[in-house]
Amino acid sequence: MASKTPAPADRAGVIARAALDELVALLAGRGYRVIGPQLRDGAIVYDDLARADQLPAGWIDQQEGGSYRLVRGPDAALFGHVVGPHSWKRFLYPPAQKLWQAERSAGGFTVTTAAEPEPPLAFLGVRACELHAIAIQDRVFGVESGDFTDSGYAARRQAALLVAVNCGRAAGTCFCVSMQTGPKVTEDLAYDLVLTELLDDRRHDFLVTAGTARGAELLAGLPQRPASAADLVEAEAASARAAVQSRAMVPGVADLLRQNLEHRHWDAVAERCLGCANCTMVCPTCFCSTVEDVTDLSGDHAERWRKWDSCYTLEFSYIHGGGVRRETAARYRQWITHKLSSWHDQFGSSGCTGCGRCITWCPVGIDITAEARAIRDAEGS
Amino acid sequence: MMTPHGTMAAPAQLDPMTPRPFRIRQRRKELADTFTLALAPDDGGGFAFQPGQFNMLYAFGVGEIPVSISSAPDEPGEILHTIRAVGKVSAALGALKPGDMVGVRGPFGTSWPVEAAYGSDLVILAGGIGLAPLRPAIRQVIAQREKFGNVVILYGARTPEDILFRKELQSWRGHFDLNVEVTVDRVTGAWGGRVGVVTGLIRQGGFDRLHSIALLCGPEVMMRYGVRALHDCGVASERIYVSMERNMKCAVGFCGHCQFGASFVCKDGPVFPFDRIEKLFAIPEL
Repeated sequence: MASKTPAPADRAGVIARAALDELVALLAGRGYRVIGPQLRDGAIVYDDLARADQLPAGWIDQQEGGSYRLVRGPDAALFGHVVGPHSWKRFLYPPAQKLWQAERSAGGFTVTTAAEPEPPLAFLGVRACELHAIAIQDRVFGVESGDFTDSGYAARRQAALLVAVNCGRAAGTCFCVSMQTGPKVTEDLAYDLVLTELLDDRRHDFLVTAGTARGAELLAGLPQRPASAADLVEAEAASARAAVQSRAMVPGVADLLRQNLEHRHWDAVAERCLGCANCTMVCPTCFCSTVEDVTDLSGDHAERWRKWDSCYTLEFSYIHGGGVRRETAARYRQWITHKLSSWHDQFGSSGCTGCGRCITWCPVGIDITAEARAIRDAEGS
Repeated sequence: MMTPHGTMAAPAQLDPMTPRPFRIRQRRKELADTFTLALAPDDGGGFAFQPGQFNMLYAFGVGEIPVSISSAPDEPGEILHTIRAVGKVSAALGALKPGDMVGVRGPFGTSWPVEAAYGSDLVILAGGIGLAPLRPAIRQVIAQREKFGNVVILYGARTPEDILFRKELQSWRGHFDLNVEVTVDRVTGAWGGRVGVVTGLIRQGGFDRLHSIALLCGPEVMMRYGVRALHDCGVASERIYVSMERNMKCAVGFCGHCQFGASFVCKDGPVFPFDRIEKLFAIPEL
């Protein structure tokens, strides 16, 4: 994370669509592993990006509770989609990480942690809600302060370069406006560059602003022209369109849930919740993990792997005698109260960014905003 | 980090996720299913800890479990861990012999408020293997007995055969300045001692309700009734400390397994002043 140097709007530049290819090449040439959105298996996922034409031009996502469909959009926008099942956490905090290995030796064993060097990451197309998610995980893993620091996460995070993009539309499940995490990338967020797609019959450009010296230096290497007042107006209009959202989190939800740990609505959710853990896997801030200790057939080589885990599994809370949270109602309550309430006590912010992934990817369409509202509406009853 | 009820020792190693090599100096059988491992660092380094803290013990190739330290910091020699073999890893640890190596991460967590209790009466309530995490505190209290008022130690086991640290309990009971009571839930064989739940002994008193500190460790249901009995005697929640058990994988607040409300039991606990968790303690399956 390079130090933040706020860039005034008059320093914004406009680059053509073709310059994105140059940006990807420039980053790859500097040794970055460039990751960006692309179309695969009927969804927009994040993966290695060799060229900008791998970006999902012309595709937009239609999202509702339990439903995700890609359709052709009205134009060739590269970032007309919103967020899919992936988040950047799978690169900063990989789903499976080897923590160490151990070899049996005379009279014992030797533990080594020698990690293979990884290229720095460059993310292309990080939304405002996702910048918030990254900032939230930075606090969870103690990047700048905390009782402990996850050194692997901190190293990947500090080397990562973030090219953000402003949303020009919202999906049906977005509620970032009510979480104050979007849709527009704000200057208090950590990003190197921020793009806004400017697209009509006559042109396909991007308004670009640097958020760091590193970003400004990258931008200087791209063919550009200074932004005009009209460009800035058009960019604001895009953000205004994305701010029209049909879902919203109820105000004061942290206190609301804290005061309703025992509420009959939890049983009502449990009648629908499958306990499948999808919401935790797609959530860009969920951080729970387990460890697996493995050995090879000889029994002389052991490894410990850290893998994503979910508070929805019965084993998650296992202690001798059985799991603490045996009922689905207790497990759903744990997830939503942690996300929206106790996260504030632990890390000083909500754990929710309003990205809507948990709503879209829930097989039965359970809606975190609706469940919070149901608790409020039935409070005291 | 200073906590309201003690000092959390600085992490002993740079990377808290990597085990340090320790060697088993001694293995002592305690009960049919319970044993104590005496460990010493094998890397030449030291090991500082506070009473009530725990370590993550790794059996090569099998896995890792949290185990509280059952020796006192100033106890000469090895660092003791008293373990009940109830799972795969604890059984593997139980199969190890003196000279074998285990991996150790720690120490982790908060400690018993021994120094904060100077000048107060002490009520120490333990159930089953819950005596193991309290043993270091009891040893510290005995070593500086003059700094405390009345000291009441109440211990309950399921049967006479399940009484942990039996000889030590007998020796503590021989002190004229310790009030030690032992009870069992169920009589087997020849037992002429007390029968009944340990929490029932609290009502016998022997401590000043306004100037006592209570330390509790045992099954959650025992601690629930223990707190209730202490409240009935007039001991306030902020003078009661409980050691909580939850699933722990990382011990540093990254894995999320041990969450209890907003607390990570691994680093905000395991020892909590009861007033901090009182509202949550009564809620099932939290």
